[in-house]
Amino acid sequence: MTKSKRFVAYLKRIPSDVRKLLKDPFLLIGIILVNLFLFLFIVLPLFKIFQLSFEEKGQFSLGIFSELLSKNYNVQPLIHSLTLGIAVSILGTLIGFIFAYAITRVDIPWKRFFNIMATFPIIAPPFMMSLSAILLFGKQGFVSKLILRDIIQFKIYGFYGLLVVETLTYFSTAYLTLYGVLQAIDPALEDAALDLGASKGKVFRSITLPLATPGIASAILLIFSQSLADFGNPMILAGNYTILATQAYLTIVGMYNMKGGAALAILLLIPSLFAFCLQKYWVSRKSYVTVTGKPSSTRIKMDQPLTKYSIFGLCLLLTGIIFLFYGMIFFGSFVKLWGANHTLTMDNYKHVFTVGWEFIKDTLLLSSIATPIAGILAMIIAFLVVRKNFPGKRLMELVSLLTFAVPGTVVGIGYILAFNQPPLILTGTATIIILLFIFRDIAVGVQTGIAELQQIDPSIEEASTDLGADSSFTFRKITLPLITPAFYSGLAFTFVKCMTAISAVIFVVSGKWNLITIAILGSVENSDLSQAAAFSIVIIVFILLALWLIQFLVNQIGGGRKLKFEKAEALQSI
Amino acid sequence: MNEAYLEIRNLTKEFLSEYQEEKVVAVKDFSLEIHKGEFITLLGPSGCGKTTTLRLIGGFENPTQGDIFLDRVRINDIPANKRDTCMVFQSYALFPHMNIYKNVAYGLELRRLSKREIKEKVEKILELVGLTGLSHRPIAQLSGGQQQRVALARAMVNEPKVLLFDEPLSNLDAKLRIRMRIFIRKIQQEMNITSVYVTHDQEEAMTLSDRIVVMNQGEIEQVGTPEEIYARPKTKFVADFIGKQTNFLTGEVVEKAGGKVKVNVWGKIMTFDGYDGFHKGDKVILVVRPEMINLSSNEGTFEGRVNLVTYLGSEVIYEVAANHQLFTIEVSNPLKHGIHHRGDKAFMNLDMENIYLIKE
Repeated sequence: MTKSKRFVAYLKRIPSDVRKLLKDPFLLIGIILVNLFLFLFIVLPLFKIFQLSFEEKGQFSLGIFSELLSKNYNVQPLIHSLTLGIAVSILGTLIGFIFAYAITRVDIPWKRFFNIMATFPIIAPPFMMSLSAILLFGKQGFVSKLILRDIIQFKIYGFYGLLVVETLTYFSTAYLTLYGVLQAIDPALEDAALDLGASKGKVFRSITLPLATPGIASAILLIFSQSLADFGNPMILAGNYTILATQAYLTIVGMYNMKGGAALAILLLIPSLFAFCLQKYWVSRKSYVTVTGKPSSTRIKMDQPLTKYSIFGLCLLLTGIIFLFYGMIFFGSFVKLWGANHTLTMDNYKHVFTVGWEFIKDTLLLSSIATPIAGILAMIIAFLVVRKNFPGKRLMELVSLLTFAVPGTVVGIGYILAFNQPPLILTGTATIIILLFIFRDIAVGVQTGIAELQQIDPSIEEASTDLGADSSFTFRKITLPLITPAFYSGLAFTFVKCMTAISAVIFVVSGKWNLITIAILGSVENSDLSQAAAFSIVIIVFILLALWLIQFLVNQIGGGRKLKFEKAEALQSI
Repeated sequence: MNEAYLEIRNLTKEFLSEYQEEKVVAVKDFSLEIHKGEFITLLGPSGCGKTTTLRLIGGFENPTQGDIFLDRVRINDIPANKRDTCMVFQSYALFPHMNIYKNVAYGLELRRLSKREIKEKVEKILELVGLTGLSHRPIAQLSGGQQQRVALARAMVNEPKVLLFDEPLSNLDAKLRIRMRIFIRKIQQEMNITSVYVTHDQEEAMTLSDRIVVMNQGEIEQVGTPEEIYARPKTKFVADFIGKQTNFLTGEVVEKAGGKVKVNVWGKIMTFDGYDGFHKGDKVILVVRPEMINLSSNEGTFEGRVNLVTYLGSEVIYEVAANHQLFTIEVSNPLKHGIHHRGDKAFMNLDMENIYLIKE
């Protein structure tokens, strides 16, 4: 069928779809509500940014951009952001590939350990690496001052510092994506090449690498978006190397220039959306890797000593670096005054649990409210998208996935623009923070839900309808239990993101409601590095506790199914 | 012809299961001599070690013990990519990012043949498998049968000393499967390539093979031509696994003279010839194929009652209960012999010439 014919067929179907909807009021109300929420909390804020940037005296105008692009202090952040994004994505993908290849293809020891180390950065607050970089290589740094005694000056503030910390933070995304891709390549393909006479190196070059190429491209684009959107690290480490995300924030908060900030946000949005579309609609279509239900035979692993031990050594070195960075935060959290007095103390934790208790309480409370709502909403959207037919379905899916492509800074600016005036005045309230939490990362929940649902035979639900259940009952009693694993994975992911969120929420927090991440940023700005370290450790402990709790719940309900948290992350690339 | 071309000696493969530190013996003391040009099938239920044996021959696994010789050279330590064997995979394992031509030429390019030579060879083999003119098609656009042909061509074009097949037809529909197996046999004979073929489908094994190796739990149960395996099974497992619904009757040797034995079966004495290894007092099993029993409504060796009648046109399958045992009986040409009905009394006559004895 040609496209136009398909469109006509689609139009013809609308009346019958609508008629069906009218017979099922629960479904109809559900669709209307979901669309309303998506419009209010995703589309509207974005629209407000566009409106502010493009409207001049009530008319559409591109004036703001010619103005922006003519000023060097605006062009520079754009160039910086893009340069950094490209560098981080390439380096991060390379490291991610090394880990993924080592774990799936090489007969190395300590695989489980490497896997944990390669996925750990996902649950850590993203700017922890910057904090650690200062602890290690700053003016009072452990390496720069105590070990090297100022022989070498590290330029950690600026491009190189950001490159290192962002690479160490975001390579996990590449690792998970590529791990999935490499694992999914049918082992028989590599066996066949070997069988036909190819050496292991040739198998890698002619089979493994070409088949993994779409995955590699995906990983590069994903990390590129993450680097563009990164807020915490540049806030701490950028120095004079101005970056779009932070520059937009400073323009609004420091210079009270809403219009300029909004325009910078759009400059940031364009490459992010471009990368998202490229990844979603082009790269992922090129994929050769299909997950089949066939049991795969065992994969032959590389075991020549030279390859094996050089790759093992490389993994060891990389995990060593990661260890060093996180370890330094752990150590730093027990130090009296970093750089001056290195006696060990619990004072920082005392501070965190007394003065900082309000921050912890608020963060936990708001995250715990947002997480289940986001989880259920994501499952409802996934269910509607996969199982139901109604006009505007594709648009609904796209909008729910859009949050993934939009940098937090842009969303934050959109929220203050949209909810600072009637009819919805929400700034300064807990509601707006919760809403941000819910809609910031709903894309991942929706993605996992869709993937899980597509694997469940629709006839199971049809059987329920056949036996007299309406769609509400079917959803609660049949669908929801079946997608429980995806649901919990979504919960885990959302909770982690809430606890570590900073880029968007920094625009909407107020004196009344505070978050740990913002406290950390404040501590770093005041050079209270040890306190910032203690706060970071506390966040990680709470996240691990929450993950443990969710896993515990899954074990109780789901009959011991493993939490597919890693899958949730990897699915971003699909 | 009598010299072994591919020889496997006392091959044993043990695996450590990935999560529990448990030893699994996949292949146990496997010895076999295969001649040049022979088509050998490894047949057995899933998990019997046939695929592991094939992967050991191909060099994808290293044997725990034992040796493999190909053309008088020990190949244990030769890696898969240097071994002169080519495999047709169950999933075909066609490279999805290459077209038909590139797939088939892959092995030749590694052999550093000239472009012209590669082209000639690829075109010739594609003609042989009936894919002329499609050489630039991407793999994704091929039907299952076409993919199967490409997989076959890709392995054969290298003219390996041994061609290995890992259940290559299991992903095709029934009709295509029958067509492809005739096709494979023809091409194999035409090119006279020594072949080892793994399957769990006995019909496939019967039609394709010069000799069949029946495997069970990692060990060889019997090696023989299809006729031998069917007519003279060595063990109860082989007798049961091969054929449709084999009937087993138990008896005891009561007298032996030369190769002749007299066996007491349910109180009736029956005489069989050609059993030198049997002794008086041995417990034996009579292997009675469904077609080795005739039904009569008035006279016969054992009396029973018809339990189930399945009419198939050219034949009728009966289930008859006698002496607390159910027998499957296949009577061909029912129009001539008449049909017995459910509940009828019926007498069973055994085809004494073809019934085979095994020790219990």
